[in-house]
Amino acid sequence: MSDSNRTAGDVVRGGGRWWGIGRVAGAALLIVVLLALPLYLPGEWLKVGTWMMTGAVGALGLTLLTGQAGQLSLAHAFFLLVGAVSYAVLSGPVGDPTYIGFGLPPIVGLLGAVLISGLAGAAVAPVGRALPVLAGSTSSGRLPQPFSIFGLSVDVSRQLSSLSVFGVPLGRDERSWYLYLLLTAIAYLLAQGAVRGRPGRAWRAVRDNETAATVLGVSVVRVKAGVFAISSAYAGLAGVMTAWWIGIMKPDESEVAGTYGVTVSIAFLAMIVVGGLGSLPGAVLGAAVVFGLPVALPLLTQNASSDVGSGTAFSPIVITNFTFGAMIVLIILFEPSGLAGLCRRLLGPARARP
Amino acid sequence: MQTFLQVLINGTGKGAIFALLALGFVIIFKATEVVNFAHGSLALAGGYVVAVLKPMVGWWSAAVAGIAAAALLALVIERILLARARNASDKSLAILTIGIDVLLLTEVVRRLGTEASPFLGDPYDVKPLTLGAVTVGRSEVVALAVSVVLITAFFAAFRFSPWGVAMRAQSENREAAALMGIRSSRVTASAWAVGGALAGIAVLFLATQDFSGGGLSQGTHGIALAAFPAAIIGGLTSPAGAVLGGFVVGLTEAMTAQYVDLDFAKVAVYLVMLLVLVVRPSGLFGRVVQARV
Repeated sequence: MSDSNRTAGDVVRGGGRWWGIGRVAGAALLIVVLLALPLYLPGEWLKVGTWMMTGAVGALGLTLLTGQAGQLSLAHAFFLLVGAVSYAVLSGPVGDPTYIGFGLPPIVGLLGAVLISGLAGAAVAPVGRALPVLAGSTSSGRLPQPFSIFGLSVDVSRQLSSLSVFGVPLGRDERSWYLYLLLTAIAYLLAQGAVRGRPGRAWRAVRDNETAATVLGVSVVRVKAGVFAISSAYAGLAGVMTAWWIGIMKPDESEVAGTYGVTVSIAFLAMIVVGGLGSLPGAVLGAAVVFGLPVALPLLTQNASSDVGSGTAFSPIVITNFTFGAMIVLIILFEPSGLAGLCRRLLGPARARP
Repeated sequence: MQTFLQVLINGTGKGAIFALLALGFVIIFKATEVVNFAHGSLALAGGYVVAVLKPMVGWWSAAVAGIAAAALLALVIERILLARARNASDKSLAILTIGIDVLLLTEVVRRLGTEASPFLGDPYDVKPLTLGAVTVGRSEVVALAVSVVLITAFFAAFRFSPWGVAMRAQSENREAAALMGIRSSRVTASAWAVGGALAGIAVLFLATQDFSGGGLSQGTHGIALAAFPAAIIGGLTSPAGAVLGGFVVGLTEAMTAQYVDLDFAKVAVYLVMLLVLVVRPSGLFGRVVQARV
């Protein structure tokens, strides 16, 4: 957990000159590759990529909350749902009697959804503060139902209409790749700024010792509520991206399984642990593993004959679950700083050179 | 009135099982400060052993084997995985149990496959009991009786036996207990084994027609999740609170399912949990930790 403190210092000190140049060159190369990929990859692989980016945005939010500020939360998928539902309502079609929609432009719907998720997070935060562990297993309730109670039924599967942002019609895989890339980049840079700046220092102070943080003049209550709201806003954005990716807004099959169920919250937790708690690149790597595997494996194995039989086969979802379950266990036991820590250790010699 | 009595008895029976689950959860938390997210999977694994052995050796032997298997599994998890990561923080260990939960759940659900999910309550399932004017499920009544016996036995052991004294001493102050000659590893391991056994007993009632209408499946794991709100309502550190929380959850679910809406019942449990947390942040009987600055 403490390694995230180091990255902030490294930037100030700059490391060696070669390391700095290598870093810039690496980042530039990454950007070029990411921008060029849609020109070469087929559509279904781009869908894998956009799904990974959806996971990455959600994981960035959770790693701020759990890794940087030390609050464990199982409510992340709930805020995904808040974001997705808010978007569906804000940008939904006007005039359809079976649909509550305000017909706002998608970009307004997107921002509104993020804002609403953040506010919802701030509202729930007092309870989360009271009980840092299990900050809100509130999400495990079957949430589409309360919405139908309040008259905002999301029960009927509906096509999300008018999916275009900045005049880019979504559904076209290449263009949505760029949109998702832009959103992920913005989310990443904002998180990086927060982690390196004053908010990040406050989060880590609260995480490491609440009493000491109070003595230093950090308002523990406000910091905890703030980071919860920010993390929820990230989840809201991820929720909108999920709704776009799937194309419809539908209720979950049960309170545990589904797009917004508690298993998804656990998957997000797995991402940040696999990547390394508190590490932003780690969160992105973790998302690539946990969200990427289940959608990529069927593409890789589609030619192989799959024997379903009695349903006890090792399906892609089973393999993915085994992989990330085992990764969580092994990483906690042997490499607590996750994939990010592993990379840092491998790059260590390069960095140490003057 | 008749319906009310029926719902009351059914809810109490359900609550008794949640109480068992929550009690195991709290025992583990008290002894190790670890939130055991794998509790539902322990129950599921025990249930799977029962389902496999039942046709071969009969229900009673299978049930005993299942309970023993769940206890053994909990013991193995504690000894092999958690004891090795002693220096990790409580939160890391909680996440570790999430990993274990994912592994166990995936494997058991894969083994169960897509065939009809097995029911585990042979001696008492689907044999309604008529008490005067009301008819209730026999599973609920048996569950209530079994839990009352087990919970009484637990509290007696917790209060009077050397094991209970060691356990309470350790949760009070780990270092002082160690200096008094209490073997921390033994207390921790026994707490996990007891928690596992309670989960193994609970699953015998969870996967019945009377209780959930469904056999042993992924859904059982979902129902077992209700032990979390139960433990939290009672306060994570209090066994008595866990028992009370279990009954609160059971009754809330049964009452709202009958009088409001079946789907709302599950949400209602969490709403009650939220209400309790807003009023008493550490749960009903939870230990309040205060830091003076």
